[in-house]
Amino acid sequence: MDRFETYTGVVGTLDRANVDTDQIIPKQFLKSIKRTGFGESLFFDWRYNEVGKPDQDFELNAPAFAGASVLVTRNNFGCGSSREHAVWAIAQYGFRTVIAPWAQRGDVRVPAFADIFRNNCVKNGVLTIELSSAEVDEIFSAVNASPGLKATVNLEAQTIALESGKSFSFEVDPGVKETLLKGLDDIAQTLEHESDISAFEATHNTQLG
Amino acid sequence: MSKTLFEKIWEKHVVKELSDGTALLYIDRHLVHEVTSPQAFEGLRMTGRKVRRQNLTFATMDHNVPTDDRSVIRDPISRAQVEALSKNCADFGVTLYDLDSDKQGIVHTIGPELGITLPGLTMVCGDSHTSTHGAFGTLAFGIGTSEVEHVLATQTLRQKKPKTYKVEYTGKLQPHVFSKDMILKLIGLIGTAGGTGYVLEYCGEAIRSLSMEARMTVCNMSIEGGARAGMIAPDDITFDYVSAEDRPFAPKGEAFEKAVEYWRTLPGDDGAKFDATITIDASEIAPQVTWGTSPGMVTDVTATVPEPGSVPGYSAGDVEKALEYMGLTPGTPLTDVSVDTVFIGSCTNGRIEDLRRAAKIFEGRKKADSVKLLVVPGSEAVRRQAEAEGLDKVFKGAGAEWRFAGCSMCLGMNPDQLKPQERSASTSNRNFEGRQGKGGRTHLVSPEMAAAAAIEGHFVDIRQWSNG
Ligand code: SF4
Repeated sequence: MDRFETYTGVVGTLDRANVDTDQIIPKQFLKSIKRTGFGESLFFDWRYNEVGKPDQDFELNAPAFAGASVLVTRNNFGCGSSREHAVWAIAQYGFRTVIAPWAQRGDVRVPAFADIFRNNCVKNGVLTIELSSAEVDEIFSAVNASPGLKATVNLEAQTIALESGKSFSFEVDPGVKETLLKGLDDIAQTLEHESDISAFEATHNTQLG
Repeated sequence: MSKTLFEKIWEKHVVKELSDGTALLYIDRHLVHEVTSPQAFEGLRMTGRKVRRQNLTFATMDHNVPTDDRSVIRDPISRAQVEALSKNCADFGVTLYDLDSDKQGIVHTIGPELGITLPGLTMVCGDSHTSTHGAFGTLAFGIGTSEVEHVLATQTLRQKKPKTYKVEYTGKLQPHVFSKDMILKLIGLIGTAGGTGYVLEYCGEAIRSLSMEARMTVCNMSIEGGARAGMIAPDDITFDYVSAEDRPFAPKGEAFEKAVEYWRTLPGDDGAKFDATITIDASEIAPQVTWGTSPGMVTDVTATVPEPGSVPGYSAGDVEKALEYMGLTPGTPLTDVSVDTVFIGSCTNGRIEDLRRAAKIFEGRKKADSVKLLVVPGSEAVRRQAEAEGLDKVFKGAGAEWRFAGCSMCLGMNPDQLKPQERSASTSNRNFEGRQGKGGRTHLVSPEMAAAAAIEGHFVDIRQWSNG
């Protein structure tokens, strides 16, 4: 996996909540046995019209968002299925960072991203950033005011700075940060604990759990 | 210290606490299907790695398979995916229940049937509805393809410990109200992200009196509430299910007795603490019907299509978009909404008990002429059982198409799909835009509600309908 280095890119917006993985990549594209070629199918049902041409009404098709590499969206992004194809599509389209707000529902703080989706992002070098709704609103307004606006994402410093001047800091899990910054291979890392796994297996009964 | 069911299982499976705050968790069972595994096997090939524990890994094909004529998969891409799984299982020494096997079926239906799913285990699959297996008091959750590869290679996963959420259902369900309604009700209350980061533990009188199959329906849809896993403490109902004949992988005889002794220690201790709690009075739950494009957009069958701005957890804009997609007008009674297609099946409600309950409704009745009715057993074993009981005749007599096992219309990856703007009553678990076919409009309901909708051509309150 490539290291996650500080970069500057166009911010694309998708002003919808609860975007599910069926929307991110519809099921007909899950039949591939390859790991590539998903970028063109990202948001397929929204992005293309009946005759397969880009639908001008779809936000991300706006010319100002061409080449966008930072996606800003709403709460509960990536809910639904476990399909990693959703993250492959996002990454292969060119997004390296996805920003969404956490939400409050009663006493519960509702995370911005669905669990499995967020995990899948880490495995593919995509950074997910949770901000407050107010902060995400600010980014939306800044982009609306000047479409094509760029942002600089600095994972080391845990900041995202808009070209227009405003910057935000974000929290990130230390393990996730290290994995992304170093571009670590998960399996190789785990296999460093091979002897622990073998020792565990020697006494663990997999019929009893 | 008092521990929850989840904590007991988690602790027993931690190989090592890692420096990054995650735990290396041992995985007792790994289920594999054709859609989320090819890239994982490819990864193993590229790195020269093997499947670490072939005997803990089981594969089947379900998503892509046609459910009418199984002799040929016409879609070449689907066929390639199914063939890739066969080759991968042969190359890597993984047990596969393919289309020629009498054990084939939806991965979450066959795991419990074959005794692969047992209390106290950790279990994963590259599929979010792996939460189903939590009904046995199993820590079971869905993973992505990179994680599938990780488990194949290491039999472990690096996981951050989730938080715990106690979901208690007090009281008794009304007649004709299903476990499906219990879980839809919960999702309506906490929202589709309300359980994110948590493992749900279902308890209370109404849960304890559910059969294993009904418990699986509840746990199945934990993911629709945002939770990767949902669990129910094992009890005598669980042990009876596990000890049934025809569960080749379940312990037998003395080994079974020993296992039960251990399994009895699994339920959470009195006074165990949860990070969040919700209590629902089961006796007040009405049959549920979803009206929107997210499982959280759900209400009582006695209600009307809501006004934008009146739905907790959804903005007016979200509701407007959903209603536009669904072709519904606020204020319309749900019982006035007519359906074109009824689908009974999926890993949520495609087990024998679901089919029995649906068949009871159909007995001596016919579907409305305008409705297309599809009944798809969750596994080949369910199909055989249903046929032995004559349920297939009831369904066919009512005008249904009776099929072979598979995911079918739960998601349109195979030939069973809705056409644009077609409206379905479906016993599956997701009503996302396009889930059952591009432009299709899905309403999630219980098997009895689906059956009654097929007969009447529109939704009915099954409580009154079946009394009258
Ligand atoms: S029946 Fe539906 S939800 Fe269940 S595994 Fe198949 S596609 Fe997924």
